[in-house]
Amino acid sequence: MEIPYTREARPDTGLYNAKVGIWLFLASEVMLFGALFSTYILLRVGAPPNLWPHGWLNVPVGTANTLVLITSSITTVMAWASCKMNNFGKFKFYHACTVLLACTFVGIKSYEYHDKFVHYEMELKDGKFADGHMVENKLVRADDGTYSGYAVIKGHKVEKREELYDLHARHSKGGGTEAQSEAAGAHEGHQELRVEGSDIKAMSNYGPWHNTYTAIYFTLTGLHALHVIGGALVIGFLWGPGAKMWKTDPERFTNRVEVSGLFWHFVDLVWIFLFPVLYLL
Amino acid sequence: MSDQHSPDHFSHHFRRYLFVFYALLFGTIVTVLASYIPFGHRAVNIGVALFIACGKAFLVAGYFMHLVSEKKMIYGILAFTAFFFAGLMALTLWTFGDFPWKTVTH
Repeated sequence: MEIPYTREARPDTGLYNAKVGIWLFLASEVMLFGALFSTYILLRVGAPPNLWPHGWLNVPVGTANTLVLITSSITTVMAWASCKMNNFGKFKFYHACTVLLACTFVGIKSYEYHDKFVHYEMELKDGKFADGHMVENKLVRADDGTYSGYAVIKGHKVEKREELYDLHARHSKGGGTEAQSEAAGAHEGHQELRVEGSDIKAMSNYGPWHNTYTAIYFTLTGLHALHVIGGALVIGFLWGPGAKMWKTDPERFTNRVEVSGLFWHFVDLVWIFLFPVLYLL
Repeated sequence: MSDQHSPDHFSHHFRRYLFVFYALLFGTIVTVLASYIPFGHRAVNIGVALFIACGKAFLVAGYFMHLVSEKKMIYGILAFTAFFFAGLMALTLWTFGDFPWKTVTH
């Protein structure tokens, strides 16, 4: 069965059908991410005073990823414009760039996730907290929740858990601007610490289960990353095997490129809000 | 969006896309720098960052997604979306008085 209006516009809408379809899909996506942003707002506003984390994410890395996604957005639109200008070679070049940039984005995101999974907070029996990245883990957890063995972390000890929440404020205490303090003090006081299992009351890494901030961080960025992967697969298909259509039906192919591009720009648009909300504020 | 294929028409588009690209890069850098400026209250920092983000979102949606010159059908779909999105955020704001502040413990 022939799918109608894949090239030419349908008279009543003035659009080819796939374009109406992708916009209806994006409308549902707005509500999906809107619900998660709403959840973020409620969690943040409902958090006890001074217990919403600040400065937990690496701003330079997040900024780099933002620039990667913005660059992929322009290569996507350039790929579509190249099709419109009947320049298939340029289309291939721009879409190859888009796929590579998408892979770069996912790679950087994976690095950030890994950083959180090897970062531990340990509540000690003396009431203090040890916090840092695991260097050596020789801990054994018994059924009753007690630990034996030892762990070596690269980090620091603090008196109260609250000191671990606002890293911006913590690094600003030393004087100078916040940016200078953060740059200079990202690992201020960090050293290799050996923590005995018998001293540990409880511990967890900074995975989604750590607190509501990491839960919403992983949910939002994880869903976004799935969109990036999905979009990259579609764009990769249009660049590779799907590009055969250019020879048989270039107009329909160009429309496909436009529809995939609209999705990709939406993914970029979501990140434009995710980045400041999660990394900077 | 126009369906013209003339090179002149698209070279004009290319220039526009590049301008938007540079504006987005600039906006990102400004967002990061502004987050380090102590405006006195965190709410002001949040407002500034979201204002810049809205500007960047307008550029992406308006020019990369061609919403500045789309068909009425698309605007209709987006009007419904905007209505329900605004409703969702209004409901979120509405719940602010309902937090059990006294019962929240760590």
